[in-house]
Amino acid sequence: MRHRLFDKTSRTLIMGIPILWIVLFMLLPYGVLLTYSFWLKKYPLFVPAFQFGNYVTLFTDPQYMQVLLRTLKIAALVSGASLLLAYPFAYFIVFRLQSARWRTVLFMAVIAPLWVSYLLRAYVWKTILGTEGILNTALIGLGIVDAPVDAFLYSQFAMVITLTYIFIPFMVMPIYAALEKIPRNLDEASADLGMSAIQTFFRVTVPLSMPGIVAGFTMTFCLSFGDFIAPFLVGGPDGLMVANVITSQFGSALNWPLGSALAVVMLILVLAIISVSDWIEQSGQVEL
Amino acid sequence: MGLHDENLRPGARVSAVPVSKIMAEAEPVIQLKGISKHYGSVVGVDHVDLSVRNGEFLTLLGPSGCGKSTLLRMIGGFETPTGGTVHLAGEDITGLPPQRRDVNMMFQDYALFPHMSVGQNIAYGLLMKGIRGTAAQDRVREALRLVGLEDKIDQRPHQLSGGQRQRIALARAIVREPKVLLLDEPLSALDAKLREQMQVELKHMQERLGITFIMVTHDQSEALVMSDRIVVMQAGNIAQDGTPEDLYERPASPYVANFIGTTNFLSAKLLSQEGTLAVVEVAGQKITISNAPVHLTGNTLQIGVRPEKARIVADGSAPGDNLLRGRVKENIYLGLGLRTVTELADGSLISTDTMLPRGIASHKHARPGDEVVISLEPHNIFLFEAGS
Ligand SMILES: Nc1ncnc2c1ncn2[C@@H]1O[C@H](COP(=O)(O)OP(=O)(O)OP(=O)(O)O)[C@@H](O)[C@H]1O
Ligand SMILES: [Mg+2]
Repeated sequence: MRHRLFDKTSRTLIMGIPILWIVLFMLLPYGVLLTYSFWLKKYPLFVPAFQFGNYVTLFTDPQYMQVLLRTLKIAALVSGASLLLAYPFAYFIVFRLQSARWRTVLFMAVIAPLWVSYLLRAYVWKTILGTEGILNTALIGLGIVDAPVDAFLYSQFAMVITLTYIFIPFMVMPIYAALEKIPRNLDEASADLGMSAIQTFFRVTVPLSMPGIVAGFTMTFCLSFGDFIAPFLVGGPDGLMVANVITSQFGSALNWPLGSALAVVMLILVLAIISVSDWIEQSGQVEL
Repeated sequence: MGLHDENLRPGARVSAVPVSKIMAEAEPVIQLKGISKHYGSVVGVDHVDLSVRNGEFLTLLGPSGCGKSTLLRMIGGFETPTGGTVHLAGEDITGLPPQRRDVNMMFQDYALFPHMSVGQNIAYGLLMKGIRGTAAQDRVREALRLVGLEDKIDQRPHQLSGGQRQRIALARAIVREPKVLLLDEPLSALDAKLREQMQVELKHMQERLGITFIMVTHDQSEALVMSDRIVVMQAGNIAQDGTPEDLYERPASPYVANFIGTTNFLSAKLLSQEGTLAVVEVAGQKITISNAPVHLTGNTLQIGVRPEKARIVADGSAPGDNLLRGRVKENIYLGLGLRTVTELADGSLISTDTMLPRGIASHKHARPGDEVVISLEPHNIFLFEAGS
């Protein structure tokens, strides 16, 4: 009897604490955010209300739509670039590298930067791309240009490069895991059945690594979609992203309701992307 | 060494029958000449010559690491030989990749594509042959009918049992109608009961299709059941090559005698020899052997006796030739027989098997401790030189 009682309390505790945590630090803030998004801005602050004015502003004022579309574009470019870089890399280390030790070394080389502060890693690109930076010095040294090019830094290009560099481990990891799970003899079976290496790649390897691609794409997309440090460090005047606008609404612009509405829209977009990728993964599920 | 058919010798082609006819009939579908695979200093396969006749069920048999898979994979094109050549129907295919060889492989764990249905898996091999649409559908259905799994066409591999997957892998390989089908331990993933059933089924399938099968196994009973010819391998070389009866009844070495079936080995001393008739001394007894190798060099020898070919005759006082005397150590019940282990005068052990047609209860047999006499027949004794 006592035993069962103890069981019950401990079970409540074990389940209860994480649930409490999630409610307190995740659901509650979302609730607050959602509530704020319906409030009215009234000088000098804002008043509670239930109206959709903030959302209307977001969808009618071209300024906000522009930022939203730009953010989507950059996130898409970053995940696209990450995929194009990460897939061949992961493919090479899983399928072509004979030595298991080198495989680990190369894999760790990609993952290791995750232990370095994000800010530091973003900052590195400032020193590479800047007018006094490594890239310009090299170009001048090689005689390709005679004056430093300032277009590298403070541009969308710089942001895509920086964000790709920062988030690429999140693309490599799931793809690596997916490729590693593919039985080696499927390649041989495919060759045996008459397919060339390239045909095998597109008919067997890619479909079987799809879960990794989808997971990597989702992660890099959502992470860069919500990023606000890269635009701040290397993005130019045309490089503001949604997260920067939200920050300014809660800061200098002092329009929490509008900022909240924007945050809610962003949250819905991210949730939609995750649901879609989840659905793709479920429907394409294969038992290896 | 029995590898080459008499007809294949260049000289043998000079005969009344047109040369082309002999070639068509006798030309091996697969011919390996001096094929080797060395991994650095590790020897996978060492200078093997082998020809496989069209329509034959050939088994490569040997213990783990003897090079069976390596040999098979060189025929399939998955390993590049470090020496020698592979000919398929007279054409040198040594340098061709797997996709350009008219042979197919059934992989050990089947290697079915998990993201495709059974039907798609089977049709996959037809794509590059340019067979698509309804023609492909027909061939897929026909292949599935052959393996008795027509109703599984839309299932995914993971929804099938091990035995069903094995059949799908077979269907996928035969739908391409290859000249030769390679099978690497095709039944090893199945449980014992199903394995026995599939052995017979595969054998029948091969007879029906008329495709040459080359199978790898380390299971000697499987090899005996299924093969027309068995190639026993030892450390990258061929130890012996022959029909199941050849290998079982006339093993060329203790290695083969030990690998195929069970054999009692006893050390022997040569007393006299006249042609194939040899007299040796075993555990103090004179034993005559009627089919001994002709030129025995040393006089320290080894005899081999199958347990079922040795017979316990009586209670120690029986007279006669070719008898070994000893004391029963233990009886082992085998179900269909009884194995009696007897200790001979020199301390060596010999097993004898007795069938139990009426069960063990009504069988009169020697008990541990009993003095017994074991009778050997002169033609049922193998004689090997020590160290062969
Ligand atoms: N890729 C490789 N690198 C180095 N050595 C290898 C390689 N593949 C096989 N070998 C060696 O070649 C020899 C023959 O191997 P193989 O796989 O042909 O054996 P097998 O007879 O099929 O054995 P098993 O019954 O265990 O499958 C073994 O000694 C093995 O260690
Ligand atoms: Mg093997």
